[in-house]
Amino acid sequence: MTKRGALERVLFYLFGGLAVLSSLSMVTRRNPLGSALSLVVAFLSLAALYAVLKAHLLFAIQLWVYAGAVMVLVLFVIMLLNLRESESRPQPLGFGRFAIATVAVAGVGWKALSVFAEQTGDAVTVDDSFGTVAGVGEVLFTRWVLQFEVVSILLLAVIVAVVVLVKRRA
Amino acid sequence: MVGLNEWLILSGILFLIGAVGVLTRSNGLILFMSLELMLNAVNLSFVAFSRFTGRMDGQVFVFLVTAVAASEAAIGLAIFVNLFRLQKSVDVDQLNSMGD
Repeated sequence: MTKRGALERVLFYLFGGLAVLSSLSMVTRRNPLGSALSLVVAFLSLAALYAVLKAHLLFAIQLWVYAGAVMVLVLFVIMLLNLRESESRPQPLGFGRFAIATVAVAGVGWKALSVFAEQTGDAVTVDDSFGTVAGVGEVLFTRWVLQFEVVSILLLAVIVAVVVLVKRRA
Repeated sequence: MVGLNEWLILSGILFLIGAVGVLTRSNGLILFMSLELMLNAVNLSFVAFSRFTGRMDGQVFVFLVTAVAASEAAIGLAIFVNLFRLQKSVDVDQLNSMGD
């Protein structure tokens, strides 16, 4: 058990650190393409963290939907618009603005993080169905079935809306 | 074992990094990606709470948030494509008109 706990700790710091570093890289990059690739790394490390937390279904969904579908869409739009060329006018990153926002967010965030730090608790022992398709599916289709149906309507509306938005006017 | 507080702090740090991105960047696409990062940070805390309480409702919520985030990505990027056709730029600092 302690060996397993040590492995969990190593994975937490490895992928947690990777997630923090790549998201910092995402926020500070000038080129949107570099930002997007950094964000892919952040999403992949979050998927690994879900696996550490025994959320197997969400591990797969994170890979498919975020690191796969959403990021392909973002990269596709970046390349379609050819943003590097459109940003030929060199923009200063605005270190003043960056510093002010960092201080403001850190001031608010410090309070939140100190509350988080007081949360204690140990991981409970869970059975084999925890986080699997069967386990999550059972909760989804017994307690949250209305929300699931609402999301399906939302997705249908989004499909129609995107086609209408992007269609070129004749 | 990694404690609940460490998971929550990691989630909080990622959320704050995303918030700094939303507040500072003027490129619409990077702003949008920072927003996605903030959603993911919240998802991480949902999954952590799910693991530490043994209930899977948190994971169901992550599932629903993922669906909403994917919808938001599709709509948001469609808006940016339209914006780029109109203004030849996705710089949100230059947006000062809702008409043409």
